[in-house]
Amino acid sequence: MPEQQRSATSTLDTVAVAATDPDRHQPWADLGLKADEYARIREILGRRPTSSELAMYSVMWSEHCSYKSSKVHLKQFSEIPQETPAGKMLAGIGENAGVIDVGQGYAVTFKVESHNHPSYVEPYQGAATGVGGIVRDILAMGARPVAVMDPLRFGPLDAPDTHRVLPGIVAGVGGYGNCLGLPNIGGEAVFDASYAGNPLVNALCVGVLRHEDLHLAKASGVGNQVILYGARTGGDGIGGVSVLASETFDADGPAKRPSVQVGDPFMEKLLIECTLEIFAAGLVAGIQDLGGAGLSCATSELASAGDGGMHVELDRVPLRDSTLAPEEILMSESQERMMAVVEPGDVEAFMAICAKWDVEAVVVGEVTDTGRLEIDWHGERVVDVPPRTVAHEGPTYERPYARPSWQDALQADRAEDLARPASGAELLETLLRLVASPNLCDKSWITDQYDRYVRGNTVLAQPSDSGMVRIDEETNLGVAVSTDCNGRFAKLDPYAGAQLALAESYRNVATGGATPLAISDCLNFGSPEDTDVMWQFAEACRGLKDGCLELGIPVTGGNVSLYNQTGETAILPTPVVAVLGVIDDVTTRTPSGFAAAGERVFLLGETREELSGSEWANVVHGHLGGTPPRVDLAAEKALAELLAEGRGLLTSAHDLADGGLAQALVEASLHRMVGARVSVADVAGGDAFVALFSESAGRVLVTVAEGEEDRLVELAARHGVPLTALGVTGGDAVSVEGQFDAPLLEVRSAWMATIPAALA
Amino acid sequence: MKVGVVTFPGSLDDVDAQRAVRIGGHEAVALWHGDHDLRGVDAVVLPGGFSYGDYLRCGAISRFSPVMTEVVAAAERGMPVLGICNGFQILCESHLLPGALIRNTEQRFLCLDQPLRVENNRTPWTSSYDEGAEIVVALKNGEGSFVADAETLDRLEGEGQVVARYLGNPNGSLRDIAGICNERGNVVGLMPHPEHSVEDLTGTGTDGLGFFTSLAAGVFA
Repeated sequence: MPEQQRSATSTLDTVAVAATDPDRHQPWADLGLKADEYARIREILGRRPTSSELAMYSVMWSEHCSYKSSKVHLKQFSEIPQETPAGKMLAGIGENAGVIDVGQGYAVTFKVESHNHPSYVEPYQGAATGVGGIVRDILAMGARPVAVMDPLRFGPLDAPDTHRVLPGIVAGVGGYGNCLGLPNIGGEAVFDASYAGNPLVNALCVGVLRHEDLHLAKASGVGNQVILYGARTGGDGIGGVSVLASETFDADGPAKRPSVQVGDPFMEKLLIECTLEIFAAGLVAGIQDLGGAGLSCATSELASAGDGGMHVELDRVPLRDSTLAPEEILMSESQERMMAVVEPGDVEAFMAICAKWDVEAVVVGEVTDTGRLEIDWHGERVVDVPPRTVAHEGPTYERPYARPSWQDALQADRAEDLARPASGAELLETLLRLVASPNLCDKSWITDQYDRYVRGNTVLAQPSDSGMVRIDEETNLGVAVSTDCNGRFAKLDPYAGAQLALAESYRNVATGGATPLAISDCLNFGSPEDTDVMWQFAEACRGLKDGCLELGIPVTGGNVSLYNQTGETAILPTPVVAVLGVIDDVTTRTPSGFAAAGERVFLLGETREELSGSEWANVVHGHLGGTPPRVDLAAEKALAELLAEGRGLLTSAHDLADGGLAQALVEASLHRMVGARVSVADVAGGDAFVALFSESAGRVLVTVAEGEEDRLVELAARHGVPLTALGVTGGDAVSVEGQFDAPLLEVRSAWMATIPAALA
Repeated sequence: MKVGVVTFPGSLDDVDAQRAVRIGGHEAVALWHGDHDLRGVDAVVLPGGFSYGDYLRCGAISRFSPVMTEVVAAAERGMPVLGICNGFQILCESHLLPGALIRNTEQRFLCLDQPLRVENNRTPWTSSYDEGAEIVVALKNGEGSFVADAETLDRLEGEGQVVARYLGNPNGSLRDIAGICNERGNVVGLMPHPEHSVEDLTGTGTDGLGFFTSLAAGVFA
């Protein structure tokens, strides 16, 4: 339909119209609001909302923005002391991202978020804008983004749709992140049938700032100017609002527009440099990025966090599509936009910096003392609301939850009872099969599409256990990050599964020599309207809270993604945990691969017969049942302390996780093609299969130079960490005494072939 | 020496290039794409990145930046100019170097630790290397496949203008060409990133440092 005809037939729904036409039918249900929520909006306003107001409330009260199902469980995270092992947090939950002190006057902010559903609909743009969104969150805190990471989950590697989704998502993550000049320093790629119709794209960003540069999202100071800058606002990402538009427009409705946002990383790069220059010049009183819910979110959150009032002239917003209606402008999720609150005297300097970077900037409003968010469209008021009611006083649900009826049967079906390989030849066959399986194979087909070197500060990246970047070139201060989750463990026991994710991520950061300080989480679950899923969610939150309390590290923020399911089938509960740690001197980090022949190989930690939920059970038997490995956070803490103190002594350290000791030996050997000759006679009571394939937590494979064994024995004894001597590095095979020799060339070709072959 | 590093909108490896210049023993001078003078520098590096988002064609918009007028004039007077990755693309678009860079044969962005052989150590950017030296530096590009017509390729080979060749061609570059220079040798374009290979701690080691220490030898000064 011709655009002119559309705008000619639209009628503006103003506050005045709402008063004279109180009973007009409104499409609240189509916008995802429940009857009681719509009634609540009418009660707040004392009248029916205008269509613009309805648009704002519907998007801000959505699950995605309001956390209405998860809030009651998330609030327990604030019971954890807001303090890290390095000191008080500078900003906590509720800000765009938490900010922690890492010493030497530096602070670090990091956060992990989901972009799951858009990435299924349009893999490239969904993943790309996921990266873009999290980077702006970090930028909005006043920090320079310094690295990204992407935990990804897909359906089976051999499923046809995975061949559509995976290359697109990986290209999108790379295409956007590479163009921003941010090194991608790690992440995950996990395959499970439950993600087939619902891949998970989680994106993490780390940023660095000086303490004094912290900026918070608030609109303070009456008379301060509200500036919208960055990309123009278009019709992308407005999905559901079309029902509003179709009411205002002719019966034919508006042109179909993509509901997935489209990213422009070049604009984002300019926005980053421009914003950092604006920060450096001291021109910002408050700032907010525009992500989900676009202007609805930015205006209402800024106003409610500040002095409580804001007046916006919406027709000043630069548009890509001049036919957009006010409702659409308020809900548009066009990317690469920021909103800043600036003192009137600083506006000129602000605009000059934007002009230098060719970034369009417009004053769209000002801070008021009315306590209301007032938005006009060509002089007519279309929004007049108390901003807190939009941003923070959305509905809260106490969703019913109950332990699933099938949970006991699932836990009774133990993988420890499955048939096992017995001979050395069978163990070797199992090892080769596992290293080539989708979850354990080489992921370089994916990670080689990401720039891991840009900015020149990457100290560790894939395939290391954690990513590590230097943040000060003079002092060599650095930070390390890891993201982890084993959804199979979480399915077997969501409380323990969440703690195992926490423990693994914590251990991975410690393995490189850093001291874990804080976590961010991305809680990916199915429908909260399913009591089974809601129980998984509640248990995972409780597990995380108890785990963080015991480890003495806070939750700095994160994200919840619900409704991840295909039909009635929910994804594996997937509480992805990102742990950030600090290392005072990155030159002392411990690498994860064997460096040279002749070094002594040891196993730290205790190996139990724990096979339920393991990759062995998954790959060999297609089995998921039993209870996950035991969680011992006190042991994890002792292990982390040992690893930090062991810097310089340890020539390598590699976490044991999926695939157990066998996989760890293979990965450590393949790093530089330095093999090892080991005996597992002293592991797990001499049961070679359990020793090699159990996935007990709290274990790390380490090496020391010949002659340094006693120092390691003393160190382990002092920290109370069990230590087992395994053997010595060298040779061109992983040789397990009395069992098998696995030639590295053969292992490597099996390990590397899987993903390229599947996607060829 | 004073070595200018140009920042275009969308340049990404400018900070890395500045660091490499400093580690190489020189003073790094930041140049802005809108500048009309080169601030008295003795050499210029055009760094990697996605200048102007690689829109239209990699390097096609940047060549019209004001600073490029100055860079082209200085290059023609003999000033050493090194274009890395996107900088190489800009040099081709500016006709300071022949040929062009097109999408990798795999059609994917690739980030690799790439072995190279230095074929020509008679340029101001490579004089620290032995001829035939085999080095490993970072490679990262989506459009790094060097192409030119056969006649141009023959001329490049014949005149010793092939500066570096891939050992194991990652992107389909004709005759494994990773870097070339102009006839005079002062302008070098290189697809891999030696600026990511100047420290033991980060990147792929220190094999790339020679590109930044070579300047001091002053072969072409």
